[in-house]
Amino acid sequence: MSGPVVAIVQFPGSNDDHDAAWALAAVGADPVLVWHDEQALPDETGAVVLPGGFSYGDYLRCGAIASLAPAMGAVRRFAAAGGPVLGICNGFQILCESRLLPGVLQQNHQLEFVCSDEVLVVDTADSLFLRRCTSGQELVIPVKHGDGAWYADDATIAALEERGGIALRYRDDVNGAVGGIAGVVNEAGNVLGLMPHPEHAVDPLLGSADGGLLLAALVDAAAEHVLAVA
Amino acid sequence: MRATVLVRPKDGILDPQGEAVGGSLRKLGFDVSQVRVGRVIDVEFTADGPDDARAQLERMCSDLLANPLIESVDVTLGED
Repeated sequence: MSGPVVAIVQFPGSNDDHDAAWALAAVGADPVLVWHDEQALPDETGAVVLPGGFSYGDYLRCGAIASLAPAMGAVRRFAAAGGPVLGICNGFQILCESRLLPGVLQQNHQLEFVCSDEVLVVDTADSLFLRRCTSGQELVIPVKHGDGAWYADDATIAALEERGGIALRYRDDVNGAVGGIAGVVNEAGNVLGLMPHPEHAVDPLLGSADGGLLLAALVDAAAEHVLAVA
Repeated sequence: MRATVLVRPKDGILDPQGEAVGGSLRKLGFDVSQVRVGRVIDVEFTADGPDDARAQLERMCSDLLANPLIESVDVTLGED
């Protein structure tokens, strides 16, 4: 029997869609690629991934144009119904521009594209995405981005800290993100966005398998969502 | 209808691009204390008079052209 369907939305300029599909299949999902102008997600979709890349050439602001794509209407409805949604890198930017997550991703403060393995510290392991991890655990997951400095005002950050909405922080200063924040979870706990790429860290041969912890948790959540809506 | 939308980084928001441009101007010998880099968007569109045009522009800005978390907008409505 195949695993739960995880829909991966492809935008013009997405470039980690196939990597995400490969990595999700490796942890037991049935990945399905969904073109951005689709109005609906496949039946039986258990989770959604917005992959990395440069949707619409990053025109205007990263993720701004993709946030208005028809498929994003379906993703909003899916998220509102409690479906798990993971945004990676450009996917995180799209979720912020869609206002499904707080804050915004700004240009790296050092004005350089960063491409490196980074140590992430799990801030709050309560969310469905990090339940295979423990708070304080260190994960090695690569980053590769030019616009990864997450920013929100002090009140927003205080509210996030209060409710355990900060998922991951960089151990070192990677891009100038406020509070070193690398990933945040929405209030309902079913939408996570992060700049690092868990799909590039699912095999020790490639340096780390820590990303598999997040993706496997997503697949667990996808299976549960399919059962919950059946 | 024509309009020009000026999108700027909000006061207090770090603008690394502006800082880099400022640094380069200083290297050229200019006594520059600050540079902020924004964006100009010229829009030609159909509207039912200036009030409708302003209302449409407000929606264009909030729905797409600027992110209110980090950017401020300045809209100038032109001639027909």
